[in-house]
Amino acid sequence: MNFTLKVWRQRGAGERGRFVIYPARDVSPAMSFLEMLDVLNQQLVLKGQEPVAFESDCREGICGSCSLVINGIPHGPDRGVATCQLYMRRFTEGTTITIEPWRAKAFPIIRDLVVDRGALDRVMQAGGYISSNTGGAVDGNTILIGKDRAESAMDAASCISCGACVAACKNASAMLFVAAKVSHLALLPQGEPERATRAKALMKAMDREGFGSCGNQYECEAVCPKSISVHFIAAFNREFLRATVAEPGPLTEIPSDPHAEFR
Amino acid sequence: MIALDSKVPSGPLETKWDRHRFTEKLVSPNNKQHIKIIVVGTGLAGASAASTLGQLGYHVDCFCFHDSPRRAHSIAAQGGINAAKNYQDDGDSVARLFYDTIKGGDFRSREANVYRLAQVSTQIIDQCVALGVPFAREYGGQLANRSFGGVQVSRTFYCRGQTGQQLLLGAYSALCWQIERGQVAMHPRTEMLDLIVIDGHARGIVARDLVSGKIAVHTAQAVVLATGGYSNIFYLSTNATGSNVTATYRAWKQGAAFANPCFTQIHPTAIPPSEEHQAKLTLMSESLRNDGRIWVPKEASDRRSPDQIPEAERDYFLERRYPRFGNLVPRDVASRAVKAICDEGRGVGPVGHGVYLDFSDVIAREGLGLVRERYGNLFDMYQRITGEDAYEVPMRIYPAPHYTMGGLWVDYNLMSTIPGLFVVGEANFADHGANRLGASSLMQGLADGYFILPYTIGHYLATTKNGPISHDHAEARIAADRVTMRTTKLLQGNGRRTAASFHRALGRIMWNACGMARHRAGLKHALQTIPPLRHDFWREIAVPGSGESFNQELEYAGRVADFLEFAELLCHDALHREESCGAHFREEHQTVDGEPVRDDKGFAHVAAWEHVPNGAPILYKEPLTFEFIKPAMRSYQ
Repeated sequence: MNFTLKVWRQRGAGERGRFVIYPARDVSPAMSFLEMLDVLNQQLVLKGQEPVAFESDCREGICGSCSLVINGIPHGPDRGVATCQLYMRRFTEGTTITIEPWRAKAFPIIRDLVVDRGALDRVMQAGGYISSNTGGAVDGNTILIGKDRAESAMDAASCISCGACVAACKNASAMLFVAAKVSHLALLPQGEPERATRAKALMKAMDREGFGSCGNQYECEAVCPKSISVHFIAAFNREFLRATVAEPGPLTEIPSDPHAEFR
Repeated sequence: MIALDSKVPSGPLETKWDRHRFTEKLVSPNNKQHIKIIVVGTGLAGASAASTLGQLGYHVDCFCFHDSPRRAHSIAAQGGINAAKNYQDDGDSVARLFYDTIKGGDFRSREANVYRLAQVSTQIIDQCVALGVPFAREYGGQLANRSFGGVQVSRTFYCRGQTGQQLLLGAYSALCWQIERGQVAMHPRTEMLDLIVIDGHARGIVARDLVSGKIAVHTAQAVVLATGGYSNIFYLSTNATGSNVTATYRAWKQGAAFANPCFTQIHPTAIPPSEEHQAKLTLMSESLRNDGRIWVPKEASDRRSPDQIPEAERDYFLERRYPRFGNLVPRDVASRAVKAICDEGRGVGPVGHGVYLDFSDVIAREGLGLVRERYGNLFDMYQRITGEDAYEVPMRIYPAPHYTMGGLWVDYNLMSTIPGLFVVGEANFADHGANRLGASSLMQGLADGYFILPYTIGHYLATTKNGPISHDHAEARIAADRVTMRTTKLLQGNGRRTAASFHRALGRIMWNACGMARHRAGLKHALQTIPPLRHDFWREIAVPGSGESFNQELEYAGRVADFLEFAELLCHDALHREESCGAHFREEHQTVDGEPVRDDKGFAHVAAWEHVPNGAPILYKEPLTFEFIKPAMRSYQ
């Protein structure tokens, strides 16, 4: 198969980027999209040119490294797969394929198609965990968890932190990512004690990192390689309301003078 | 000169670890805050170690070459994690998990280490549940189990087909907590390129910032390597494209012994290779063998499509040869049987490198819905890669390099032959002997990181006077210069060949000479062909760009350069081991039926190799004594 590749090249965050056209000839339909780029890069390297920088690692759709916007869609035309699981037989012979990086304020470009997704890690560090020390955990069967609940938690936990949801959103919101993380732990009894603080902390961290707000357009679900449902966004909204309005939790900040307002 | 003292405590097997923990010295809480530990790698072993050390009060500098610690290749483990919980009341126990693991490893591992692994396995499950790992549950709310990879009890815990990812997310979330608390400083996109040894102790690393290209010295009181395995030496493997031997290999060059490098595991159930530019082999979980039946046509000339071949003309060769275990024989046994069938010309698929893995029986028996629930994501993955629907036509599978049992030599405390250098997870050699059973790599990684290293490193720190060292200490400067010189040299090739082409060439040599089956002549030939290839590499390598910027080709070329050196060590080890054991199959040592012949008189030892600058590596042997069990011949017939 033959294609024309229109690839975004940019030397760094502070520099201007542009599209560069490369031909891709004699591509085997059994090749993965990234293997097709590997071949292009080999050719560039032998010409003494710098190869197109892009990220990948496991190449089986689970590590979340790969992150290409292909013909305008994060992870390309197939539903429920990451870029690395996309095969060339999926494309029409002779067409032009446009390849861009994730574009979001919170994801500065490092080079070409590689962006810095450290913001997702920092959101997780703000509270996306259960504060449980190593050692002393009770037997795993002491707290029973119904199968349906465990399966729902697993649905949410299957997020691979690739950031496609952010790249697809016109507001560059990380709502689906954060909702999946919050829902996973909120569904489990082990996550209960920190449920409210976690919802609030992650919402705050998401805003701090420069992600936009959710506009309920569901582009995120459509591109998610794990097909994580936007129902978790609704669940997260409920968690957040529950944490802030319905059950603000025990008083943690007692006003210095409780009668101040009457004076 | 290397001294191999395993430091295994004496006395009864069952109480060794408890007694050892009691005799280990502790570091007082006040002192912990003055101690810095470097952890390299953030897979299961590294993330669990870094988070636990942070929780204990140490300051941890944690490094990974990925953009995020959550991407390490532990995520790709699909099947599950073993633990001797005996929730199914089917006869499991710590003793049985111990026995299965040491037998599965073909009696080439230490009794004491393996017993400890089985002991802490039960704690791992509890710990992971506490961290929010969504293990599969029964309707009543209890944890579900399945039988997995060559054992007769159901002791494997799982999270659909992504157990590794969920366990890693558990460890990663614990790490996130410690980062938030300020106990762990995370350095993503930073690759360790050398080890700093001062006065015989590991005191730091030299690492390259992969974004800026800056080479920097990081010092500490101890260094923990959790940098995984080296299956990518075969070019095509199930490992991630970034997985490499660099950290452990550089530690070897600084004096750490490397043990049993030739014990490399080939996984029987990967999707067969299809074309030249393929970058990796994708694994299909071994759990598929629980329900799928493996077969090929009886006649080599049979080219009919599988549904046209009647039952009587199919050869279910694993069930035929191993009636007791059938399709569930250990990985090495299954892989060799598959290769043998394909070598006979009875393989299926476009290039004849494949056998059928057929689910029609289980679909007929238990229904499509159940099979979809159990393996849905794997069937989807298979369809994407091959374009075939495995619910309708049988899958095709072929063996692929998958895991390396060999690694840096460590004693019972997980410390290498360099004091202060600890090695955990796949990067060490300790627990799997000559072959690893399914669902035990996750177990070992987390056992090392959560429950073993945090104790044993304390004793080293409490009994060693390691004052602070400055970043421009002479040894640190020498190590940093080594890295800078090497990086510069990689950029000076004449640009005729890419790193990938050298990697492919090396992979071919290694797969043919040192893959599933090895023999003397092939290994000797490989030892003659590797040095010229390496020579060509340094002359012709093409690495564009500079060392002072984000340069993926430079990173890759450096890793290939280390593989090109390490390959020789692997061949030396395979050549020395004149027996067939576990995953190491020497064609000279087999029965007339093609079964491996182990030699307990000559080779019941760990082979630990010492680096000699500009010379052949020196072999040291740690004898393996079996006080508590009797090495039996591994027979799955």
